[in-house]
Amino acid sequence: MQTVQINLNGRDVVVNEDLSILEAAKANGIRIPSLCNHTDQDVKANCRVCVVEVEGVRNLVASCSTKVAEGMKIRTDSPRVRSAVRTVVELILADHPQECLTCIRNGTCELQELSQRLGISNVRGRKRHDKLPIDDSTNVLVRDPNKCIKCGRCVEACNNIQQVGILFTHYRSTDVQITPEYGKSLSEVACVLCGQCVLACPVGAIYEKDNTAEVWDVIGDPKKHVVVQVAPAVRVSIAEEFGMPPGSISTLKMFSALRMLGFDRVFDTNFSADLTIMEEGNELLHRIQNGGVLPMITSCSPGWIKYIEHYYPEMLPHVSSCKSPQQMFGAVAKTYYAEKSGVPAEDICVVSIMPCTAKKYEAARPEMNDSGFQDVDIVLTTREFGRMIKQAGIEFDDLPDSEPDSPLGKSTGAAALFGATGGVMEAALRTVYEVVTGETLEKMEFEDVRGFEGIKSASVNLAGQNVNVAVSHGLSNAKQMMEMIKSGEGDYTFIEVMCCPGGCIGGGGQPYGTTTDIRKKRIESIYEVDRNMPIRKSHENPEIKEIYEYFLIAPLGEKSHKLLHTKYTDRKNLTAK
Amino acid sequence: MNKLSKENYIFDIEPDKYIDLEGYRAMGGFSALKKALENEPSVSIEEIKKSGLRGRGGAAFPTGIKLEMVRKNEETKRYIVCNADEGEPGTFKDRFIMRHLPYQLIEGIAIAAYMVGASKGYIYVRHEYPEVQLKLRESLEALKNAGLLGNNIMGTGFSLDLHIFSGAGSYLCGEETALLSSIEGRKGRPRVKPPYPTQSGLWGKPTLINNVETLANIPRIIEKGADWYASLGTENSSGTKLISLSGDVNNRGIAEVPFGITFAEIIEQFGGGPLPRRSVKAVNIGGASGVLVPPEMLDTPLDYNKCAEVGITIGSGAIFVLDDTRSIIKNVQNRVKFFLHESCGKCTPCREGLRQIDGIVEDFLEEKAAKSDIESLERYAVTMQQASFCGLGQAAGNSLVSSLVHYRKEYEEACVNDTDDVEKKA
Repeated sequence: MQTVQINLNGRDVVVNEDLSILEAAKANGIRIPSLCNHTDQDVKANCRVCVVEVEGVRNLVASCSTKVAEGMKIRTDSPRVRSAVRTVVELILADHPQECLTCIRNGTCELQELSQRLGISNVRGRKRHDKLPIDDSTNVLVRDPNKCIKCGRCVEACNNIQQVGILFTHYRSTDVQITPEYGKSLSEVACVLCGQCVLACPVGAIYEKDNTAEVWDVIGDPKKHVVVQVAPAVRVSIAEEFGMPPGSISTLKMFSALRMLGFDRVFDTNFSADLTIMEEGNELLHRIQNGGVLPMITSCSPGWIKYIEHYYPEMLPHVSSCKSPQQMFGAVAKTYYAEKSGVPAEDICVVSIMPCTAKKYEAARPEMNDSGFQDVDIVLTTREFGRMIKQAGIEFDDLPDSEPDSPLGKSTGAAALFGATGGVMEAALRTVYEVVTGETLEKMEFEDVRGFEGIKSASVNLAGQNVNVAVSHGLSNAKQMMEMIKSGEGDYTFIEVMCCPGGCIGGGGQPYGTTTDIRKKRIESIYEVDRNMPIRKSHENPEIKEIYEYFLIAPLGEKSHKLLHTKYTDRKNLTAK
Repeated sequence: MNKLSKENYIFDIEPDKYIDLEGYRAMGGFSALKKALENEPSVSIEEIKKSGLRGRGGAAFPTGIKLEMVRKNEETKRYIVCNADEGEPGTFKDRFIMRHLPYQLIEGIAIAAYMVGASKGYIYVRHEYPEVQLKLRESLEALKNAGLLGNNIMGTGFSLDLHIFSGAGSYLCGEETALLSSIEGRKGRPRVKPPYPTQSGLWGKPTLINNVETLANIPRIIEKGADWYASLGTENSSGTKLISLSGDVNNRGIAEVPFGITFAEIIEQFGGGPLPRRSVKAVNIGGASGVLVPPEMLDTPLDYNKCAEVGITIGSGAIFVLDDTRSIIKNVQNRVKFFLHESCGKCTPCREGLRQIDGIVEDFLEEKAAKSDIESLERYAVTMQQASFCGLGQAAGNSLVSSLVHYRKEYEEACVNDTDDVEKKA
């Protein structure tokens, strides 16, 4: 590492020569204000909030896009800088609706924080009077162009990180807007509703459709028997909503919170993740033994499913027919659980708490009603779950531990792994290995499918036969994976694809401020959850054994086929509906 | 002394005369290319460096250094781009060159391409110049037929594949990185610099991008030598400059002048001074992105350094004269409206600053402005100059800022009261 000496506000410091001024200042205790800058994204330098003075340079320079150099004299605090930064922020605010108190980002907004930091008490300048229409054409995401500050972070998340590429900068000058192609609404384009744009947005210009009010309504309705399921990834992220460090594990506090919110039964999506492994593992074996379409690709990620339906429909025969754990849960809750508990299925309301925005779309798919009713009624993101806990006045930190209810509450370490990239693969391998070989798996961790690499692969010896598997996360990697399969590159039997970077722990419904570093911390915690589970293989889950014994009979059996498997739709015509 | 003798013209042309290939060769055309091709590229680069030629598009960057930067890049696939997106209001000198002397431009491009080792290039011509595009296409065809362009030029093994690329009407595409994005089929928005085009330009390859006038100077420098060229101008600003003269003067048009001549002399000698019974009130130098200069500063010589000292931007060399019948604020509004229309909207200061300024200037013209609005104008314009992403935003406030310095009284007189009238705007 080469270093250079710079002078920062009169102080000589030595820094890595590869750093931008912004980074160098941060490393030396000065947080230069910024908005369009995002640690996981390219430098855009368009908000101009981070301008600083460099001696010898006529104009101010954007500290995000300017590298340090030997002898550079930088001032972040001169009157010239202060005046410019303040004016730039006021210019943004003058163009911004002053609706902080009722904005979904109240308290998490980067612009609000900036304004507060700079002590802006009066926004000079003309406000905008012409209101642009809000796009709430999907049941998942809402775009409010009036709040958009044109930083371009959502565009980069969509075009570069996910490579879905439906968001663009349109028009010019003061008319600039970020919209789906040709100014269409989100429902008219091939958006997969992954919500990575939501995570990228510094303000409230794009956000999930909040369904918390509906949940309060059903909880308060005495005729409704409201059951809730929580996805694996939520237990390692919900604590962030209450200021705890990223990666904090709060599985048992979370169950207590759900009980206090008033849900009639508190279940766990991890149960149905184990169920998914039973079905998907057996489907894989069935495909291998019967000359089925290979490689088989996982189907738990709804953003991924919508993506392949839009962009690679010709590859759909590769996708496992298994429903996602969320949907398997809904289907068995309104059949098996209804039967067992004696509560009529029509009175059961299934709420799920997901790290994901696309799950809202998945639950509303017309085919997801195999129980005779809509299998999952309402989907909340981790953030909405956090809001409900706050609304109820529950002190999350002080919550006691509690266990989920039976018969859809028990789970294994394998199920927890679903939250992290490579986890479904690892969980499946644990079960498939034992089913095929009849031997006990000694080392449970499949290290090759762990880690943050975009595409990972491994070779597993199953009773003398080598099976190649691959894992990808983030849709840009999924795209690469599809191209690889189409070109015949890589002889894979089983492939896990997750829509979001890092897997579900990096989902579009997770707490704001999610970065690669935070994703990695959550993944570590997922592994910790797995390690600490008494049972770590799906097929050993006693409640899973029970549901097969008394209800489903066998994986891929008739009931499974009806309730737990699904079909996909070719959506090449580029409409999201 | 400030009259250029005929043999020293870089652009040896009478108005409205078109010089075809035959005529250009009769003037000695393409002897410079031949001479350049006989030597190593570094020989010509040295000559350009010695000549002191600086970019004529507005930024005045030393051309020789730019050539060398592209030449020395390790990447061997390189491009040459001629910026003919002459969008600066009041500027029409590049059109003059391309209309009347297209072969001199193309010869310059060929020499420059040889110097930097580019074998493919584009002339990016603004959409509003269809007749120029046609003329250039014909010229490229004629040159290919004559073996002076295309494969194996003059049998030397050097090849240049040159294309005409039409802009689509955006002023901002005259900004070099936006122009390159436009050729690549992307939205015409400026890119983060560095990397500069010399490092990573068209399709990410090292690219020499220069203005029409700059490139058209090259054949004469190679032909007659750096010393001759340097002798024409001043110490810091060598050679001649094409001036686009317009506004309230008797004669409007293109003038080729040596550096060192004063603005007053240009207006008098070439423009024939103001119209009868009128006097010069202000001169806008450098186009819409330039400044407003009061008569008492017109003795400043045309010289990059001397102009910079007093805050004059030569820019593209546009001179627009305003006489005593003109309103300064109205003139400034004209420029603000222009930039408001042409801003790409990428960065905050330009996009939002212009919106604020536009509203305030309108208040001044509608006699609704308060004294505090003068400070607001200043604050927004200075922030735009200081903090905008690209040259457009940085320059968009120039005429406003200079008008507030030299013609502040006009604003003060237009104010209706001296209270801070914030409520009105909220």
